Amino acid sequence: MVNNILDFEKPLIELAAKIKELQSFMDEKGLDLSEEINRLMERAEKLQKEIYADLDTMQIIQIARHPNRPTASDYAKYIFDDFIEIHGDRKFGDDKAMLGGIGLINNQAFTFLGHQKGKTTKENLSRNFGMPHPEGYRKALRLMKQAEKFGRPIISLINTPGAYPGIGAEERGQAEAIARNLMVMSDLKVPIIVVVTGEGGSGGALGIGLGDRIMMLEYSYYSVSTPEACAAIIWKNAEKAPEAAEALKINAKALKKLGIIDRIIKEPVGGAHKNPEMSAKLLKTAILEEYEELKKFSVEELIENRYQKYRKIGEFSYKSDDEMLKEEVE
Amino acid sequence: MFKDLFGKPKYVTVRSRERHDRDDISPDSHLWTKCTNCNAIIFNKKLVENLMVCPECNYHFRISARDRLAITVDEDSFQEFARDIQSEDPLGFPQYREKLLQAKIKTGLDEAVITGEAAIDNMPVVIGVMDFTFLGGSMGSVVGEKITIAAERSLETQRPLILFTTAGGARMQEGLVSLMQMAKTSAAVRRLDKAGILYICVMTDPTSGGVTASFASIADIIIAETGALIAFAGPRVIKQTISADLPEGFQRAEFLLEHGMVDMVVDRKDMRSQLARILKIHVQGVRYCG
Ligand SMILES: [Zn+2]
Repeated sequence: MVNNILDFEKPLIELAAKIKELQSFMDEKGLDLSEEINRLMERAEKLQKEIYADLDTMQIIQIARHPNRPTASDYAKYIFDDFIEIHGDRKFGDDKAMLGGIGLINNQAFTFLGHQKGKTTKENLSRNFGMPHPEGYRKALRLMKQAEKFGRPIISLINTPGAYPGIGAEERGQAEAIARNLMVMSDLKVPIIVVVTGEGGSGGALGIGLGDRIMMLEYSYYSVSTPEACAAIIWKNAEKAPEAAEALKINAKALKKLGIIDRIIKEPVGGAHKNPEMSAKLLKTAILEEYEELKKFSVEELIENRYQKYRKIGEFSYKSDDEMLKEEVE
Repeated sequence: MFKDLFGKPKYVTVRSRERHDRDDISPDSHLWTKCTNCNAIIFNKKLVENLMVCPECNYHFRISARDRLAITVDEDSFQEFARDIQSEDPLGFPQYREKLLQAKIKTGLDEAVITGEAAIDNMPVVIGVMDFTFLGGSMGSVVGEKITIAAERSLETQRPLILFTTAGGARMQEGLVSLMQMAKTSAAVRRLDKAGILYICVMTDPTSGGVTASFASIADIIIAETGALIAFAGPRVIKQTISADLPEGFQRAEFLLEHGMVDMVVDRKDMRSQLARILKIHVQGVRYCG
């Protein structure tokens, strides 16, 4: 079982234990220790703010991977007035690592997609730890085409360590499934709102992640590779993961600064798992605000803007004429 | 005819040194190469004549982008475009600029792909060829931009697009900027798709990661070169994940054909003529217009 305690929260947990101890002591002995308790509670609140104001990327990753972090189905439950899950890719099977469905928010219909993790070991095994096979991406594709047919905007929540690297996944065309989704999403005739809610693991995340608005929860990450794998590849040393995590610029703040994501969504103090309902509320507000903006564009404008959004991602320079001429001569 | 082209000293780069283990270098290594697959001793002259394919076992050695162009397109037809685009360092990643410079010096290339206009049997095409020796053929901003420009040029000129791929994965040092090139190139291919322009992808050894999971896998016709490794996740990662041995021939070109993931497996010696045949049916064939 994964440890549910975040190591950087230890001082907080110790403080909470002390407060509890004093409370029971007060009840037992009938002494008034409320002044002391209040003082400690204030200190705890201050300490929590301090800790969370200054998290490094590895700590953010710990929160993003927290076993109690709200999953796609949690958010679906809180966000929609009514939500119906839809199953299967009609080709091979029903991938439980990919949640799909349709629902209503204030009478507006949406199609919903999201990587689905579990919370218990048993559930995680059936959900394959949120790592889809090709049939997961193909289920998503089927639902997206349906969304287009019925004019339903799409909400896509990303939370996966990556697409599953296995024999069956390769045999059934993991690469093709992701590539096809990217191609279709690039000019789908309905708005696509993407939110990274936990782990944004590389191509497996992007496979349902091309959209008009890309947002990230405050304590999520989105990366081309895990810091562990990156450190192993670049520095031949997986223990350099913390350095890789910073160098890769994978937290929400860094990615907003790079211009790859559009918006950061606040989480409740201490992370989404401390208050899933509040987290869902903040998520819902952001989604609806972005949808209000996207609604203003014609379908043609929407698709052209989406193309240009990705067309301009990339950083490069042009060689001078002198350099080019010199090379010609050589 | 293309044997002559390939034979031009300007294009031939038989670096037999790189194809040996360090302690395997003999004084004669500039004369011969040991086959990676069957250990046969092949004279380099013979190997070049045979387009870098082992005459004994048909093992296809990897070749450079320039050599590939030389054996694929009509002589003197290649006009390079977007050559002036060069990588920057979007993340300020440690040692990335040094690595880029080393790759440039080692390969004589500016980046991991060369793009241009050319002709095959007098049929004009837009062509892009990736090179594995440049940082493992990884797709960063420049590869993404050049592939996108190639697709857009194809759309503009209405000429078929042919892309030869070889890639080990994403350009790690460009982080998410590199991942987003998957979206950018796939969107560009979609525009070709909508416009009804032919796009052929030739996957060569190895084609894996983000390139396979984006523009390479959505071509109208996908050709795999004989023996090429074609994957989303590499065999090492899969082996680690499942802690079991992988099936014989797993992720090789023939395996992908068997599983319906590519249209055909073609030997290097037949590649040019096969491309010409497809182009001819497509370009010269009369179409039904209703
Ligand atoms: Zn051989």
